Amino acid sequence: MPTVSMTVNGKRVSAEVEGRTLLVELLREHLGLTGTHVGCDTTQCGCCTVHLNGTGVKSCTVLAASCEGATITTIEGLATEGKLHPMQEAFREHHALQCGFCTPGMIMSAVDIVRRKGNDLDERTIREQLEGNICRCTGYHNIVIAIQSGAAAMKQSRPSGAPPG
Amino acid sequence: MYDFEYHKPKSLDDAAATLSQHEDFKLLAGGMSLLPALKLRLARYSGLVDLGALGQLRGIRREGDEIVIGAMTPHAEVADSAAVARAIPALAALAGGIGDPLVRNRGTLGGSIANADPAADYPAGVLGLGATVVTTRRTIAADKFFIGMFETVLEPREIITEVRFPIVEAAAYSKFRQPASRFALVGVFVARTRGGVRVAVTGAAPSVFRFKEAEEALTKQFDSTALDAITIAAAGLNSDIHASAEYRAHCVMVMTKRAVAKAANVPSPCNERGRVRQGATMSVNINTPSPGSSAGERGSTYR
Repeated sequence: MPTVSMTVNGKRVSAEVEGRTLLVELLREHLGLTGTHVGCDTTQCGCCTVHLNGTGVKSCTVLAASCEGATITTIEGLATEGKLHPMQEAFREHHALQCGFCTPGMIMSAVDIVRRKGNDLDERTIREQLEGNICRCTGYHNIVIAIQSGAAAMKQSRPSGAPPG
Repeated sequence: MYDFEYHKPKSLDDAAATLSQHEDFKLLAGGMSLLPALKLRLARYSGLVDLGALGQLRGIRREGDEIVIGAMTPHAEVADSAAVARAIPALAALAGGIGDPLVRNRGTLGGSIANADPAADYPAGVLGLGATVVTTRRTIAADKFFIGMFETVLEPREIITEVRFPIVEAAAYSKFRQPASRFALVGVFVARTRGGVRVAVTGAAPSVFRFKEAEEALTKQFDSTALDAITIAAAGLNSDIHASAEYRAHCVMVMTKRAVAKAANVPSPCNERGRVRQGATMSVNINTPSPGSSAGERGSTYR
């Protein structure tokens, strides 16, 4: 079995995986990082979204072996020094969740939207850019509000506007 | 997903050598179609050869009258490329309408056209623009590249390295997307070139194809009214749970007219909501889409 090494949330990790092992399986089952969820397992719902070398991807459709040498950020890696990331804080503040299952993917995707589209986001942009994430509670209203607020807050907390991960 | 051997070659030569040693190995690009197919056990290979380490296959450059895009370039890079937006905005818009943003971060041009999904967007752009597919062995004209459902002329050990897109006078892609999958129920790419107009249709038939009758009419008169007397036969078109062949035939005409109107930068006789308003007075200005007007159509551009 191939061994893969990568940096996950700032820590170097190595694991023996099968060729078919998915990144999300490595995160959840080998590393115990169960914040990354598996919803549909068919590249549609986005619950498994993580950042691979700074870019949002659906980790149910990435091979773990493909991530040799990569830098991965999961929902567990967003908060720093015990303080919620501005996007997490915005989701809390605006109650942008109902059952909470899609939330980790929503937040990771939201941070990726800020990376691609900047901090000043209008509702339409957010809704379009959130197409890869499904909330089966249909609680999009507050999610959109939270992302708009979180994106603006990220600018204040990081003058460069550069998201982490 | 059945297990397989995993290889990640460091060079194109290594990749080609690994493929030639193992008949049943498959190339892995972004994996956005291949991995789901493996997970559903719709496909099975004894090994995958991951092209992810070959940085030379990734990138976008302008060379003379062409935009050259590396096979491993993700859709998001094409969608966001200033060079593509300047030279062939319709291609940037097409790439920006594939799947969803997270899929576009990972899926690649080479992977898409090698897979040749009958409802994929890129085949319409490649065929519509008359692009050239460059492989480790040869260059292949788009007209010769796609030969059937999930079928191209690529040989088992041949690897796409880049695609060369000619810069044309005007072009647009109009897509009626299946809202759940975001694949094209019907997508039409129209390009006005010095040699005439090209019209490529995806999603409607087992393979992307050129709509020759429309090309001839549009070459004489590049205006959607030139298509008023033309229809396309439903026979041979796809029919499934999402749309009958007759519906797709109708959609081909609507999407072609919309693409022509966009390429010509005039209002379309077919409005953005999907209804055909033949002979009706223009009431929709396609240059100022209202909120939600993109619901049935993605990847449009004006030029």
